[in-house]
Amino acid sequence: MSSATLPAASDTQSLTGAEIVLRALKEQGVEVIFGYPGGAVLPIYDAIFNQNAIRHILVRHEQAAVHAAEGYARSTGKVGCVLVTSGPGATNAVTGLVDALLDSIPLVCLTGQVPTHLIGNDAFQEADTTGITRPATKHNYLVKQIDKLAETVHEAFYVARSGRPGPVVIDLPKDILIGKGAYKPAPEAEHRSYRPQVEPEAAQIAKAVALLKSAKRPVVYAGGGVINAGPEASALLTKFTRLAGLPITNTLMGLGAYPASDPQFLGMLGMHGTYEANLAMHGCDVMFNIGARFDDRVTGRLNAFAPNSLKIHADIDPSSINKNVKVEVPIVGDAAAVLRALIAAWEASPAEQDRASLAEWWRQIDEWRGRKCLAYVQEGSIIKPQHAVKRLYELTQESGKETFISTEVGQHQMWAAQYFGFEKPNRWMTSGGLGTMGYGLPAAMGVQVAHPQALCIDIAGEASILMNIQEMATLAQYRLPVKVFILNNRYMGMVRQWQELLHGGRYSESYSEALPDFVKLAESFHGVGMRAEKADDLDRVIREMIAIDRPVIVDVAVDEKENVFPMIPSGAAHNEMLLASNQISGGRGVTDEGTALV
Amino acid sequence: MPDASDMTQRAATIAVLVENEAGVLARVIGLFSGRGYNIDSLTVAPVDAEGRLSRITVVTSGTEMVIEQIKAQLDRLVPVHKVADLTLEGPHLNRELALIKVVGSGSARQEALRLADAFRARVVDATTESFVFEMTGSGEKLDAFINLMRPIGLAEVSRTGAVAIARGTSSLTT
Ligand SMILES: Cc1cc2nc3c(=O)[nH]c(=O)nc-3n(C[C@H](O)[C@H](O)[C@H](O)COP(=O)(O)OP(=O)(O)OC[C@H]3O[C@@H](n4cnc5c(N)ncnc54)[C@H](O)[C@@H]3O)c2cc1C
Ligand SMILES: Cc1ncc(C[n+]2csc(CCOP(=O)(O)OP(=O)(O)O)c2C)c(N)n1
Ligand SMILES: [Mg+2]
Repeated sequence: MSSATLPAASDTQSLTGAEIVLRALKEQGVEVIFGYPGGAVLPIYDAIFNQNAIRHILVRHEQAAVHAAEGYARSTGKVGCVLVTSGPGATNAVTGLVDALLDSIPLVCLTGQVPTHLIGNDAFQEADTTGITRPATKHNYLVKQIDKLAETVHEAFYVARSGRPGPVVIDLPKDILIGKGAYKPAPEAEHRSYRPQVEPEAAQIAKAVALLKSAKRPVVYAGGGVINAGPEASALLTKFTRLAGLPITNTLMGLGAYPASDPQFLGMLGMHGTYEANLAMHGCDVMFNIGARFDDRVTGRLNAFAPNSLKIHADIDPSSINKNVKVEVPIVGDAAAVLRALIAAWEASPAEQDRASLAEWWRQIDEWRGRKCLAYVQEGSIIKPQHAVKRLYELTQESGKETFISTEVGQHQMWAAQYFGFEKPNRWMTSGGLGTMGYGLPAAMGVQVAHPQALCIDIAGEASILMNIQEMATLAQYRLPVKVFILNNRYMGMVRQWQELLHGGRYSESYSEALPDFVKLAESFHGVGMRAEKADDLDRVIREMIAIDRPVIVDVAVDEKENVFPMIPSGAAHNEMLLASNQISGGRGVTDEGTALV
Repeated sequence: MPDASDMTQRAATIAVLVENEAGVLARVIGLFSGRGYNIDSLTVAPVDAEGRLSRITVVTSGTEMVIEQIKAQLDRLVPVHKVADLTLEGPHLNRELALIKVVGSGSARQEALRLADAFRARVVDATTESFVFEMTGSGEKLDAFINLMRPIGLAEVSRTGAVAIARGTSSLTT
């Protein structure tokens, strides 16, 4: 691979728009594009054909291209890159874009467009892509002049990765792609208007230190923003939390930001969080939120959320602060910068922590831990889904391979979050904000492209996996040995669980009827299919799966009746958890008000 | 510090300095509709010599927490340079322009002219059966005049919505 195969700098006057695009991508460090061709982007495909510095992965559906780029981005910290054609290519990408928007994933998506003189004429494969994607992206552009092309691509990458990251669309009319113009390198100057604050204000850090030092019942609530801030932020978070001896919980998006095996880790919080994490949130007197956004899946009923606490919230996006929950100490800044400043101020501060109260708080937390809220019983031959994930975790650990996990959406996603331990950031890809079924397989594909030697596993449900199953062909084409581990409960289990709890057990349309034979399906896509039907099969099948260097689908028949617990029903508070089907820990179960929530 | 439990609504006149580029108004309006914020009025025009900057004045209302959220949401739009809450930041001038058509004859015409004079509305067009008055002022002043014209023969109103600027030396620049 060499940049010599791209047009040299001296030809800058004679570059086509398509060549300018590729040059700009190269300058921005793009190594891989996930894409799908069509009329409007043929000039770019032509330019791709003529070079080999940037690799193109041909997906089988544009939505999958975006999820693959998300997996690539989340597992590397780089900006993911997508290329799709106009009209249906762009509209197919929309779900992926919104997914990346809600989960703060940096992407640049290039979309083809009809030539500028036809825009607005209902031309063939015309869609108002910038109009459609305006609320689906962090920002978008329509390039109407070739001399704006290079700078637009550079700006798009800057916007995608800075501040709160997100997806950016560049809509490229075909006449711009075939026109000729000059290349411009990325500007050195600051952006005119978009300059997010990275360094926190010292005064706010000082307030946070004072509050945390005086806390009797502190808790750290860390989210996806810590992952966004890069691996250094996770290391600093670990350092600070240990230094201060604080209990810490992670959101679904934050898993891996703090080592799961550490004794100070309370597990995930929220709707399907642990008993100890949720009660620590409920009972705390000082909460330190870093890079989390007080999502409704986390807070439960707002007027009962951590009722006696003072809150510190560090976030790079000022609009995340005081959006749902009022906080006493807002800190605007990048998570790594905040933690660096916090550690320095903590060490410099003469104030003492209230050690006695902290010890008492830990004693209380250990008592909550004693409830063993994630305990389950695996007996007989029916495989418990929790057990399947736990064995998957243990056997991947045992294999010593670098492991990345993605998920689809549903019960299996929650069991993956609860029973797979993440020690490091960037190893866990899940669709948290949008909850997009069909995310996991293409995301795993993107991860595998970035980490060819790693073990990449999509923990899937039998319903979700069918939403982007066509990507099995992409896996075969590029020899990407992604493993699909299906927890097959023959139900849209998460839907069934809500119907059981909220709709009188009327399982309307939630049974997975007419499922394919997943073993044959894998084989027809040039992969390997395996099945685990009894508890005794499980270890053997998992070991075999790990050993095979090809795409594999493992169909694990799990208990159809199992539900995800603990559960804070919609509209309930953190201290109103369901611990098992008939076991309510205080509170009032589901109210009518709660039934209206999603 | 906005209090989440404080449900008191207030009005806010917000000035937004933006890059004068395609789609920027759609972004601002889409933000308000997509997130369910109120728009009482919105005006926009380029304001610098090169035509690179536009100023949007938006009058909105909500709880303190919602208004803080509106400002933060506006500020994170990529083409937005500055956001100022004129209502919060101190004394400011708030003006609106209206063109008001009144149709009628006889004593109604006399009455319309007399009131226009009192309100300092200018006659910018006249026929034997109609007047068009031009008037600037606060929204309340315009409302008062328009309401008085209603029984006299109000036929049509065209209004700009508010533009606003802080009093004194402080200025909103990039
Ligand atoms: C079926 C289902 C069930 C779910 N159940 C749960 C549950 O039980 N518990 C749970 O936690 N979630 C759950 N979720 C996920 C939930 O919907 C949210 O996606 C998640 O809680 C949000 O995580 P977060 O708060 O870490 O924020 P993210 O969405 O990860 O947002 C990151 C925040 O950090 C900020 N940020 C970004 N970059 C930086 C930076 N460099 N420095 C500082 N700040 C930065 C952003 O501005 C933002 O505010 C569930 C989802 C599904 C689909
Ligand atoms: C695209 C999309 N459509 C619908 C939903 C609503 N939904 C959430 S979970 C779920 C069922 C998932 O079933 P399955 O993949 O079998 O997972 P399980 O819950 O059984 O583990 C559905 C339909 C969704 N999240 N995404
Ligand atoms: Mg299922």
